[in-house]
Amino acid sequence: MSTGTVTVTPEVSAPPRHHGGIRRRDAAAGWLFTAPVLVILGLFLAVPVVMALWVSVSDWSGRGSPFSSGVGFVGGANYQALVAGGLTTSDFGIALKNNLWYVLLVVPIQTALSLLLALLVNRQTIKGRGFFRTAFYFPSVTSSVAITVLWLFLFSTTGAINKLIAFFGAKGPNWFNEPAAVFHFGATSGPDWMMKGSALGMSWWDWLGGPSVAMCALMSMAIFTTSGTFMLIYLAALQNLSPEVFEAAEVDGASSWKAFWYVTLPQLRATTFTVVTLGMIGCWQVFDQIYTATQGGPAKTTLTPAYLSYSASFGQQKWGVGAAIAFVLFAIIIVFTLVPRWLLRERTPRAARARKAVA
Amino acid sequence: MSAVAVSGKPGHRPSRAAVATTLTYVVLVALAIIYIFPFLINLATVAKTDADATANPLSLWPEPWSAAALRRLFLNSDFPTWFMNSLIITLAVTAGRVFFDSLAGYALARLPFRGRTVVYGALVAVMAVPSVVLLIPKFLVINQLGIFNSYAGLIIPLLADAAGVFIMKNFFESIPVSVEEAARIDGAGAFRVFWSVVLPMATPALVTIVILSFQGSWNELAHFIVAANDPSLTPLTKGVAQLASGALSAGSQYPVKLAAGALMTIPVAIVFFIFQKRLMNASGGAVKE
Repeated sequence: MSTGTVTVTPEVSAPPRHHGGIRRRDAAAGWLFTAPVLVILGLFLAVPVVMALWVSVSDWSGRGSPFSSGVGFVGGANYQALVAGGLTTSDFGIALKNNLWYVLLVVPIQTALSLLLALLVNRQTIKGRGFFRTAFYFPSVTSSVAITVLWLFLFSTTGAINKLIAFFGAKGPNWFNEPAAVFHFGATSGPDWMMKGSALGMSWWDWLGGPSVAMCALMSMAIFTTSGTFMLIYLAALQNLSPEVFEAAEVDGASSWKAFWYVTLPQLRATTFTVVTLGMIGCWQVFDQIYTATQGGPAKTTLTPAYLSYSASFGQQKWGVGAAIAFVLFAIIIVFTLVPRWLLRERTPRAARARKAVA
Repeated sequence: MSAVAVSGKPGHRPSRAAVATTLTYVVLVALAIIYIFPFLINLATVAKTDADATANPLSLWPEPWSAAALRRLFLNSDFPTWFMNSLIITLAVTAGRVFFDSLAGYALARLPFRGRTVVYGALVAVMAVPSVVLLIPKFLVINQLGIFNSYAGLIIPLLADAAGVFIMKNFFESIPVSVEEAARIDGAGAFRVFWSVVLPMATPALVTIVILSFQGSWNELAHFIVAANDPSLTPLTKGVAQLASGALSAGSQYPVKLAAGALMTIPVAIVFFIFQKRLMNASGGAVKE
């Protein structure tokens, strides 16, 4: 396709633009042009959501159509199974706990790391910025499956990570097969009150134990693959900041740390909001890595709601429960995207003070 | 190298700036090694024997060099089938998205029709639904439509791409309307104007769609898991994931798995290095050099 040099000679002055015929034709063309996208989106996004909503309140077993006469309405039973106790509840509780820790640790680290990368790469005095940018971004474009395969090798018992640990005279764990929770620090049981109290079929001791060693390996991979994308978002924002503010801060003799904390960071508030929100959305949807690496193991410590929803439906044929988990996950994601909005809302007095300090 | 940063101020500033620059380099190089080294290990392991990969996981020099992993992958596995399937799906999805996204984007940008704002709102709403939530629902519809275990089921659902429509819409809004008007006065219909006047000018935006679609459909996994279970319809991501989880082979056999991972990365890597500037612009908003 050549970039056609379309030269326009505006000879025609004030044409009768919105002629009735053209307008009607435009309307027809408008619908015709958007029809393919609308049909596909409707068929594979809107209709599925309605169908799944029905399945989540039905006892469909996966055979035949969910709309056939043999399928019954069970009300909120599938949702109740998630909290009522029993195996479904404890699986759901474990999945929630795993993913909650995943979000809690991955989102702040990947946000801070991507900001650091952007700040480093943005320094005008640095040569080879393009090279570094490419190096940091490359993991983001590769397939999550390929990276997971690589991670399985790096974190295997005889892998590169344990070889590195051995250099320092220590012995690395069998990462992807180690279910021990890191914040238990090797203890097998906690204080009495933590063992007794429980929620969703798990004791407080288990809830507070943090991610398993296996999950930590997966978390490091998430940080590795997402930091490049978020670095680019920060980089775009950094390059749109006005240089005058920094010059003013420099004239005032602000140290570079102070300038960063009081000038750069407040100006990046909107970007940080975007990065944290996107990070949360991504972290609650971990699926590919689990499917490829651990299938929820060892001892269910890498089970996530997304994977549980899949395995409950396709594995155990509990389609109603699987669909219910999907909708609960949707609700969780909505709530968690609202949290950063609330945390990073413009707090007027402080922002005003920050501006005053700069001016 | 630090002299640039110094604006002729007296005192200790030059040395401080030099220290800062040196420190930045040290941190950057250390981070770059962390980001690049895993991929180098991956490449080296492709040519290692199983025993060498286990004994020397950190070494970048295979000892001895071995083509066993590649030979097994090409002659003794379904890898060629997976590769072909990925290629067919990716090409079809990319072509479809380029056409449909630009058509819809043009209509939303230029054609005044009743219900345009509703269509626009619907697209925004669709983008908010997380894809993992749609895993089961998509399977239900694919099953209901009778396209489970077919290329149609693998390809058509991926053609839904609201983000691409927005990219095209924004682009069309940025080009002057006068060009089209001249053609329309000459009596050309909406599709003629779109196809022969507007689309040729949209090459930069189309390239962005091509890159994002290629990368997205080549790396897609979840949809392929729910859309088919016939081994002859398995694409790379699903095949390699099953290979990795040991469903298809016994033992660790890391060189074979890593060779599969490296080979599946090559096409996206090529696209990445050719279009990296545009790709990074598309992902990061508007990165200016």
